[in-house]
Amino acid sequence: METPAIEVRNVHKSFKTVHAVRGIDLRIMPGEFVAILGPNGAGKTTLVEMIEGIQKPDSGEIFIMGKTWKGNEDELRQVIGLSLQETRFIDKLTVYETVKLFASFFSLGKQRVEEIVGLVGLEEKRKSYVVNLSGGQRQRLALGIALLNEPRILLLDEPTTGLDPNARREIWTILQKLKDATHTSMVLTTHYMEEAEQLCDQILIVDQGKILKQGDLKDLLGNDPDQIPPGAIIYKPKTLDDLFTELTGRSLNE
Amino acid sequence: MNKLIRYRQLWQLILAHFKDLIREPAVLFWGIVFPILMSLGLGLAFTQKAEMVRDVAVVFPLADSISPADTTHLLYTFLQRSATPGGTTREGLPYRVFTLKNEKMGNTVFHFQVMEWSPAMVLLKRGNLNMILDEKGGMIRYHFDPLNPDAQLSYLKLTQIFSHIGQLPLPEQPDIRPLTVKGTRYIDFLVPGLIAMGFMMSCMWGISYGIIDNRAKKLLRRMVATPMRKSHYLIALITVRFCMNFVESALLFLFAWIAFGITIQGSISALFVLIIAGNTAFAGIAILISSHTAKTEIGNGLINLVVMPMMVLSGIFFSYHNFPDWSISVIQKFPLTMLADSMRSIFIEGAGFRELTMPITVLFTIGIVFFVTGLKIFKWH
Repeated sequence: METPAIEVRNVHKSFKTVHAVRGIDLRIMPGEFVAILGPNGAGKTTLVEMIEGIQKPDSGEIFIMGKTWKGNEDELRQVIGLSLQETRFIDKLTVYETVKLFASFFSLGKQRVEEIVGLVGLEEKRKSYVVNLSGGQRQRLALGIALLNEPRILLLDEPTTGLDPNARREIWTILQKLKDATHTSMVLTTHYMEEAEQLCDQILIVDQGKILKQGDLKDLLGNDPDQIPPGAIIYKPKTLDDLFTELTGRSLNE
Repeated sequence: MNKLIRYRQLWQLILAHFKDLIREPAVLFWGIVFPILMSLGLGLAFTQKAEMVRDVAVVFPLADSISPADTTHLLYTFLQRSATPGGTTREGLPYRVFTLKNEKMGNTVFHFQVMEWSPAMVLLKRGNLNMILDEKGGMIRYHFDPLNPDAQLSYLKLTQIFSHIGQLPLPEQPDIRPLTVKGTRYIDFLVPGLIAMGFMMSCMWGISYGIIDNRAKKLLRRMVATPMRKSHYLIALITVRFCMNFVESALLFLFAWIAFGITIQGSISALFVLIIAGNTAFAGIAILISSHTAKTEIGNGLINLVVMPMMVLSGIFFSYHNFPDWSISVIQKFPLTMLADSMRSIFIEGAGFRELTMPITVLFTIGIVFFVTGLKIFKWH
């Protein structure tokens, strides 16, 4: 049986009085793209931080490629890529110098740096200081850096929040190409339904530290015409936002 | 991959921090140009024999009714006979001028403004003058803040003038033996202190603020998600600061050597070790200060909390021996005081390793203890 890329078993995490994650179970197989949808404060970022290894669960276990973080940090850092919302890099380094700096952490050479600058479409900006990039360009740079080591697991924490639709679509195009060409598993936290619908095989709807529902888009929305008895009057949620409102009584963007 | 030092990472981190630093024009101004300008300004102010101008208010009751022939009014007579008309002040008041000549100490020019008590008090409160004179029962009275050193100086000079009213011009002071040999001038005192303060400011703002800013913009979290060694990030940051501090202090010294003829009379190797010890102390404090917060506003406050008391108390610009006796032993334990005193002892007194073993050891110890403590509570995200 194939080892899951990520396995989360009954994980809990609290911060002082806030119970951020309450008993989440999750299996993500190699090559699978998973979206975690939820409003602010749902526990998405805490879950990603625990998968990323920078937060320890209060209870439960997390396995990355079948291994826990304890004692395997050096090895696991080699196979993970990470991109965060609005990461800012060193202001007065150029795009090329920034990618080169991160490449050195993975002992990668100039060839890979060139590939990444090309992959995220920043060839013309290679000599521009990072501080002078637009929000979209900066996020593409962040994504390129996350892809430097050809990660087995890619963690994207709201990578397109705050970007305009064009910039968001550019990020999606890069991720779609990655999905088609590699066996990378991806965890994406987002507010955007469209993003989850377009890119992900599995969607988790999370609120107050719990998974409310999970499955592929068809399962979640219940829109499979084959399942509808002839003549039956059924309620079909049209969007994930509708589903979220049905589950929680609130909108995703609240 | 498990090597203790990953040279390529370390080198790239050093290069990145270095480029970030030198590509910021403000860093070059505050780190190199500003200390030079400060030493130039203060050096010239305290080493050149300039004329000292002081404004003094003179209050006469019913000044208009005094006859020029009446010599019983000392101040009036003095102003009429010894002082010359000197134009008007910024406030449009006429004043009379008397110059106390001194070849060795420089001339002191007094501007005497005749006015009533109330406007005189207003000008005193504004700081436009620091002395009010009047007369009662044939005696000149001096009204001033006795704790103001400048007013004290004016008082001493004015008493000298008025005690010789009958024998103007005043006799020269024959007992002054000017000390202008190297090591005894104000600039010799100032430059080592400025260098020490530069180390502190550079470490505290460069390292502390740099770390807090990188944490605030999530760059630290992004970096530690890679196989980057955490220690390499800090070593690179500190190394770049040390190198820049060394260059900045060398340029300041070079300037002071060319402009004022400052020399190092003690051991160069001891100075080198002392510089490393001082930088280690401040780098350690900087790491501890920046170990936890991700808010630059809090970082600003913490840095100022450390920097401001030492800047004021550690005797960078003027000797801390002017502070009350009970505070001296406390002030002497500040890292900046220790560093500035030790640098002065090398620059001025010709000290070497033997005299500086203790401060060097203490500075290294401060740096290591603060660094290790900071690392233990350091937040990377």
